[in-house]
Amino acid sequence: MNSGLVDLLPPLLIVAPILAATLPIALGLRFDRTGWSVAAITTAGLFAAAGYLASAVHAGGRVTHTLGGYPRTYGIQLVADQFSILVVLLVTGVATGVLAYTRRGGPRGNTFYTAYLLLVGGLLGISLTGDVFNLFVFLEISSLATYALVSSGDGPESAVAALKYLILGTVAASMYLIGVAFVFMATGTLNMVELAEAIPNAERQTLIQTGFAFIVVGFATKVAQWPLHSWQPSAYEQAPDGATPLIAALVSTASAYAFGRLIVTVFEVDYLASMPRAASIVLTVGCVSVLAGTVLAVIQREVKRMLAYSSVSQFGLVITAYGVVIAGGSETAFTGAAIHLVGHGILKAGLFLSAAIVATSYGARTVDEYAGLAKRRPVVAGAMAVLLFALVGVPPAVGFVGKWYIALGAVEAELWPVAAVIFLSTMLTLAYAARLLEKMYFTPAAGAASARGHGPDTVATDGGDENGDKGREDLASDDGAVETPLAAGVSYDPTGGPGRDGSGRSPDPVSNGMVAVIVVAAIVAVALGFAGGTFADFLEPFLTEVFN
Amino acid sequence: MIELLASRYTYVLMFVLLGIGIYMTIASENLVKKLIGVNLFQTAIFLFFISMAYIDVEGASAPIVPHHGEPGEVMVASPLPQVIVLTAIVVGIALTAVGLALIIRIYSEYGTLREDTLREVRADE
Repeated sequence: MNSGLVDLLPPLLIVAPILAATLPIALGLRFDRTGWSVAAITTAGLFAAAGYLASAVHAGGRVTHTLGGYPRTYGIQLVADQFSILVVLLVTGVATGVLAYTRRGGPRGNTFYTAYLLLVGGLLGISLTGDVFNLFVFLEISSLATYALVSSGDGPESAVAALKYLILGTVAASMYLIGVAFVFMATGTLNMVELAEAIPNAERQTLIQTGFAFIVVGFATKVAQWPLHSWQPSAYEQAPDGATPLIAALVSTASAYAFGRLIVTVFEVDYLASMPRAASIVLTVGCVSVLAGTVLAVIQREVKRMLAYSSVSQFGLVITAYGVVIAGGSETAFTGAAIHLVGHGILKAGLFLSAAIVATSYGARTVDEYAGLAKRRPVVAGAMAVLLFALVGVPPAVGFVGKWYIALGAVEAELWPVAAVIFLSTMLTLAYAARLLEKMYFTPAAGAASARGHGPDTVATDGGDENGDKGREDLASDDGAVETPLAAGVSYDPTGGPGRDGSGRSPDPVSNGMVAVIVVAAIVAVALGFAGGTFADFLEPFLTEVFN
Repeated sequence: MIELLASRYTYVLMFVLLGIGIYMTIASENLVKKLIGVNLFQTAIFLFFISMAYIDVEGASAPIVPHHGEPGEVMVASPLPQVIVLTAIVVGIALTAVGLALIIRIYSEYGTLREDTLREVRADE
């Protein structure tokens, strides 16, 4: 239906990053630092291409590409429609933003950028594929890159976290593959559109129900739903600071997107609504994760761990929205899920980047160590506060819009317990967000010095006890714009775990560019909140097609 | 029931293999054995795909177009599962390689392959 160049964009978006992933290593044989430039050119190009594709989809509807010209019954089709293009824009946008951060702050080395580009390629593949088996392959490609990124942290703990993630992630993807096998057995096709036609007419319905059950378990693990989330906090915590924002913002988001795609496009809402207990199972998994995730987040001391558990609950909201979609056939809840996926991706990227900046400059990793941050780094603290409020769901930020649509859908479908769960989770989210905000704005920095005073030996490595303390005083009076060399010295306070940011670099002050990235994230989070209605309008053609 | 088992015995075998694989993954304390369990689990799924293609077409032969024989005379198993399993095997190999690399790193850092010992060592630190 579209002609010429636009038709080629979906395969190009997947192939370009995967091919470019070979360049940093190949060029690394001759030149030292090519990784970042290659990755920057590629991701910026991908973002531009995604924008162009989005405008084409907006103007002319879905763009499809049949790989190799094989018909979709046994070939692979790539599809960009309104739902997938949102995720493509998110993936490319966040990848570009995080990359800008890693120029100064992130892990260096060509292999890091190879894994980075592979991950982006895998995620774009998940978003664009129209074939359920191909989806499995891309899930595994992105997972493999994620394992590599997680294990690139400096400490040995990161290898343990990555192995745990690998075993659970592989079993989860295999569960999905079993589900695909069952569905394939009943219908004989793997293409999503063909499946949508074949599933309601299949003779052996039990096979399809079993298949859906396996798919739910697989994605519940991949999206980190309670109680299958156990890989996620340690993976997020142990990954290098520059890699966590990317992983946290995108990997589970892409899986959650894929699950939503399977629900609305492959199984279709009407069919799932008639499947016994499908809706209640998905709803229960989502609601329990929302509550368990927030409660676990509230009791965490480490900021990165807290944000990781918060992801469990935020994705719980998305899965809950899918449950509402199945139970009530609610378009509103689906719009909410799509907005929340995008919004949460941007929020988590921003929050983890802020945590990375704070860890880089002060070695602060626990909530207590964030005391007085507002004085020392007003811009970082301000951006973080905006992002935290957005996460809680304070209007007009994007976190509010997504939650609002989901809650509205739940009310429309008369699922009152779900509405109550969303309300309760907002309160609990406020509990952990407020704890961090209180530390940053209302606890004096002196409290921080005594809070992490349990390391005289560590201070000694910074050039003596007195100097170290003086450095902290300097820090406390510093308005955050200028870094003293001493302050840079304090940044290697090993109470936070030396070199866990995984770069092994020399002490680097935080550059203005790094701060600018999170400020942009905060602005985007608020701006997208105002654009909530635009989102709904953009999704409208997709929704009318799916929900008839 | 017996008849069903006789014709579908491969499915039963595959799911026994699947069970052994997931049990090894969960119960074995040795990290390498855990990874072997994951491999077994995946292999069972691959075999499930393959046997599915043969059972649905009664008396089918391997999906290779014979150079003799009339069209429609030879029953051929569906080639699609075989093709996708080939891809899945490649993915599985990559996963095993990454997993083994991580295990080597863990071994060199902690000097143990056993998960319970590993837990103790990490708790001590």
